[in-house]
Amino acid sequence: MKVSELAQKTGLAAINEYKDREIERVYISDMVSDLIASARTNSVVVTLQTHKSLIAAANLAGAAMIVIVNGRKPSEDVVALANRTGIGLFSYDLDSWAFAKKLVNLGFE
Amino acid sequence: MPEELLRKTFEIQGWDFENAGERSAEVTTILKDLDVDPNIILRVGVVAFEAEMNVVMYAGRATLTLVVTDDEIVVEVADEGPGIADIELAMQPGYSTASDEMREMGFGYGLGLPNIKKNSDVFSLQSEVGRGTRLHSIIRLISYG
Ligand SMILES: Nc1ncnc2c1ncn2[C@@H]1O[C@H](COP(=O)(O)OP(=O)(O)OP(=O)(O)O)[C@@H](O)[C@H]1O
Ligand SMILES: [Mg+2]
Repeated sequence: MKVSELAQKTGLAAINEYKDREIERVYISDMVSDLIASARTNSVVVTLQTHKSLIAAANLAGAAMIVIVNGRKPSEDVVALANRTGIGLFSYDLDSWAFAKKLVNLGFE
Repeated sequence: MPEELLRKTFEIQGWDFENAGERSAEVTTILKDLDVDPNIILRVGVVAFEAEMNVVMYAGRATLTLVVTDDEIVVEVADEGPGIADIELAMQPGYSTASDEMREMGFGYGLGLPNIKKNSDVFSLQSEVGRGTRLHSIIRLISYG
């Protein structure tokens, strides 16, 4: 499933301009070192964190999409970094579990 | 002797969370331009990123040197920070002295150094309390298996 399709089906609006890559897996974490060690290419990363190092770590791990939960919004320079990397940046009003349920309903395992 | 293709040194400023992660991003861009295998780039990227973050959080100031030869990639990070008294303890997964503020940002999982070691073919960490820490990591481009 493409980033744009996943966003549309979960009702998310994009914060930045992104490359519309394929999403194959999900990783949920708020810890940077855990994310960098465990997230894989073509993943959607679901997290609470909004700072630059998180984007850098997700980018390194090959993530295609980041969903920031609990209604948190990234700052402008974080959005600028996401633009440069091509990662899709989204904000979701409810918590990680609520978003995880949506992903399960879309067929992610 | 392996032929040296590239050598570049970056300065890392401590406590500079604003630009944390930029040097490792630059390292991965350089390696992409050299057409290095994506799996190798990921491993070097993890090493550079975790070492960079440790300098930002604990050591104040450092240089990161990237050396690419025709058979390996070397990442060396030398800082002038407080040093590490017990390296064996620092290497243990889960051990961390991160502040509450750092933990809130998602650091302090105690996985940085173990991540670096896991992604290196050759790894060494030397430190002298009060003088600084030197981390040396080699990732081979050719496997001799
Ligand atoms: N360059 C350094 N100078 C001084 N102390 C360091 C340095 N690097 C690591 N340490 C010490 O070693 C501990 C473990 O480091 P490690 O990178 O494994 O975990 P962390 O940085 O605490 O958490 P994480 O990397 O998961 O965010 C740190 O908490 C710190 O006390
Ligand atoms: Mg660390």
